[in-house]
This record gives sequence, structure tokens and C-alpha cells, in this order.
Amino acid sequence: MDNPVDPTLMDLADGRLRLRGGRCAACDEIHFPVGTACPRCGGDDIRVEPLADEGVLWSWTVQRFPPPSPPYVPSAAEFTPFGLGYVELPGQVIVESLLTECDPARLHIGMPMRLVEFSVPTESGETAVTFAFTPWEGHAS
Amino acid sequence: MSVAIIGAGCTPFGRYHGTTVRAEAVRAVRLALGDAGIAWSDIDYAVGGSLSGGSADSLVSELGLTGVPFINVLNGCATGSSSLLSAVHAIESGAARRALVLGFDSHPRGAFTISTGQMGLGRWYGTTGMAVTAQFFALKIQRYLHEHDLPPRLLSAVAAKAFHNGSLNPNAWRRKALTAADIENSAMLVDPLRQFMLCSPGDGATALVLCAAETAKRYRPDPVYIRAVAVRTRRPGSFEVLSPSLSIRPGHSPTVDAAAAVFEQAGIAPAEVGLAQVQDTDAGAEIIHLAETGLCAHGEQTELIDSGATALDGRLPINTDGGCLANGEPIGASGLRQIHENVLQLRGTAGAHQVARDPGVALSHVYGAPGLSGCTLLTR
Repeated sequence: MDNPVDPTLMDLADGRLRLRGGRCAACDEIHFPVGTACPRCGGDDIRVEPLADEGVLWSWTVQRFPPPSPPYVPSAAEFTPFGLGYVELPGQVIVESLLTECDPARLHIGMPMRLVEFSVPTESGETAVTFAFTPWEGHAS
Repeated sequence: MSVAIIGAGCTPFGRYHGTTVRAEAVRAVRLALGDAGIAWSDIDYAVGGSLSGGSADSLVSELGLTGVPFINVLNGCATGSSSLLSAVHAIESGAARRALVLGFDSHPRGAFTISTGQMGLGRWYGTTGMAVTAQFFALKIQRYLHEHDLPPRLLSAVAAKAFHNGSLNPNAWRRKALTAADIENSAMLVDPLRQFMLCSPGDGATALVLCAAETAKRYRPDPVYIRAVAVRTRRPGSFEVLSPSLSIRPGHSPTVDAAAAVFEQAGIAPAEVGLAQVQDTDAGAEIIHLAETGLCAHGEQTELIDSGATALDGRLPINTDGGCLANGEPIGASGLRQIHENVLQLRGTAGAHQVARDPGVALSHVYGAPGLSGCTLLTR
């Protein structure tokens, strides 16, 4: 695969993309991406662990106007609307993510989602891999 | 009730042409001083701020070099509330007798550009299109409508009210009344929010003059009293703008804490509030903030809005000057615009947008990145 858009976000474990979460040794809170301290208690003993790659859609929107560029890489002329949401990884954390789906008729809160690789342009004109969630058809929530 | 507002000045909000943000800031100060009937040389403490308009204290070169202590404040959307809090503390402590509070700003057209580095976010968050504040407002109201079973049509109703109120306010940027149908027909920008449901960054300036409550009637017969001011940052589990992840253990917004603090400090109950200005960066934010401030229960908004309670002639008028939707959002000025409006309403001098029922208590509320809120309770 292409280089990750940021190597601290994710790992390939057994050929599967997994997000890297940070679990606080003091209060057990999980956050993403891994920071230097726990956002709940400020504890700085953070253990990195792979997050679940399945979850449920917690909220969603469709970005229909070009975000200010920079920082967004595609120019306004290249822009196409994209889905964006929060996906709850049960028992772990709620992760903000690009969605592979941007048709509002096909997005609803509570639907099952799974993690996929997603190619994005970089500032240097190449492509990189980031993460996205995709509807997981046929999987009961 | 130890500090009073004796002067308020606000110049028209919008997009400056043929004037500058500094000139408008100076004009707002002079309007506030004139309203209080005092001179700049009578001010012995000044505080204010602006995100993009320059340093507030540099305006002494146009106001007069009196040697006054002038504190610059920069606290996002709570810049105005934080400046007000600083002035209240200065007067309460005896360090100041007559204080000036100033907020002004001017922003470029379009969505705010977020510096991921300055917000503690990875570069990837911006390059992949996630550093957009409007997304947060969309994601929060989308979740909120779902959790509390509220109909999306409330968003159009809130926006239509804002533009109606703005059409009656000579200082408002958007002065054309729009119907719910006009709003429903505007472009969808970030589902479920359409063009006319989102405020725009803009230009504006507002100033206030404060003094100790016991001396207020020397200056004017109708001072407005500051019963409480509070600023709060987020606590664990809240859902905030620019958050790559959220806790599965939910907590409440800093709005809940700031509002609870002012009601407790003032010994006033939410039911006593006669009108309120709440942060309406988007129409959904007004719906959420009505409940987060304690003005109604979660889920009660449908009945409140459908019954007309939040209109100028209702029992709880909200965003009576058109709010951010009709006035735009100059970060440094926005919170003080709300206070200026509440002062006019409590004096009974708001003109065409004066509320129908004689209010005794007015609440104002701001919310912004990276998760902070400011609330102020005023009484006659």
C-alpha cells in the first residue's frame, strides 16, 4: 500500500488495517490518535493498542463545500463531496472518520460500519493511505 | 449585584467597506462612553480583544493617551465574556471604578481556516478535510435530533426567526426576512445544515462601560446589573469541535457548567429568564443550547419553537437581534453584541425588535473552540 498519511494513526496487523488507540493506565480511557497524555485524567502512562475495526455509525454528515485549502489538499476545482462521521467502537472509543459513502439515503445512525483503507492526495502531489469507514451491508447491528 | 452596565455601544455588523475594524472599534467605544455620559479620561481600567483585528490596547493612540491599564484578552468565542469577567473582577476588587470592555473583529469571507498545529491536531486532520468547524455543528445536531427525536424542520424555523429579528435590527448584517421555505430551498452544505442555517464569519465592534452598582444611578436612571458572569472549559466526555475521537463515557458540554454557574451565583432560576441570546453559530446550536443552558428540557424544543415561545412576542424570546445567523460572527465582538442587545432589551429601548413582555432577567451564552463557554446574567 501507499505510505500512511500519518504513521502514528494506524498499523497493518496480519494484513489488516488497524487504528492505533491509546489506553490510559490510570483511568482506562481510550483515545485516538495516541497522544502524550490522557484527555480524561491527564495521566501520561499511555499504552498503545489496536482498536476494533468494526463499529456502528454514531453521527454523520456530508461535506458539500470545499474545505479551506490549505490545509485541505484538493483544490476547490478538484473537490467532490464526501461523507464524514463518528463511528462508535463498542467498549472502546468513538472515532471521527471519513466515510466511503456520501449518499444521505444510505447513511443512518446505528448502522454497522467497518474500517477500510482510503487513498487521499498529499501536499507533495502523491497519494497516501488514510482510514475510512464503510457501510457493512448485510451485517446486523 | 455589585457591578452595573452604564454604557453600551455597537456599530453595524457585516462586511466593512469604506471603514476599518479599528475605526469601528473606536466608534463603538465612543458610543458606549457617550451612552454612559462620561469621557475616555474617566475610564481607569480597559480590557478587550480581537482574534484578527489587532491588539485592543493599541487603540489608545486614537482614544487618547491617558495611561489607563489596558488588558488584551484572546479567548476564542468567549473573548467578550472573558473580558467582561476581568472588568467585573477589577471593579469588585476595588482596583477600578469605571471600566471599558471592548470586542471587535474582522474575518475573511468563507469558513474559518483552522491551523491544526495551533489546535494540537495532526497535520493529516487538515489535509484530509476534517478541520472544518461546520462539520462539528452538523455532526452534533445530527446526533442531537436523533437522540431527542426532534424534527429537522425546527432548523428552518430557528433560522427564519433569526432573519425576521435581524430585519428589525438596524445593526444587523442580514436585514432581509426569509421564510422557512426560503431556508429549505437554500443549498445543503453539511447535512442537515443548509446555507441559511449557518452563520458567516464577519466584521463587528461592541463596547460596554461598567461601574460599581452603588454608583450606577449617578450616571443614568436605568443601569443594567451584572448578576453573574462565568467562563468554563470542557470536562471529560463532552462532544467538542475538532475532536478526532470522543469518549464512550459521555459528559456534558461546558455550556452546562457555565450556565449552572451563573444561575447559582445569581440565585436566579432558569424559569425567571425573560429573554436570552444563545450561541447560534448554526440553527442547530440554538436548539441544543436552549436545553444545555437549562432554559428548557432536552426534547422540549419542538413544543417551545412550534408554540412561538422563542419569538419576540413569546414567553422566552431567543436571539432577539437576529443572533449570529443575522449578524455574522466576528469572534471578538460577538459575545459583547449579545450583552449590548440584552442591555437594550432590559432598558426597553430595543425599538422594532423590543420584546413584547417586559423582561427582568436576560441570559447571554457563547460557545466555541476548543470547548469553552461563557454565560452572563443581567437584570434591571
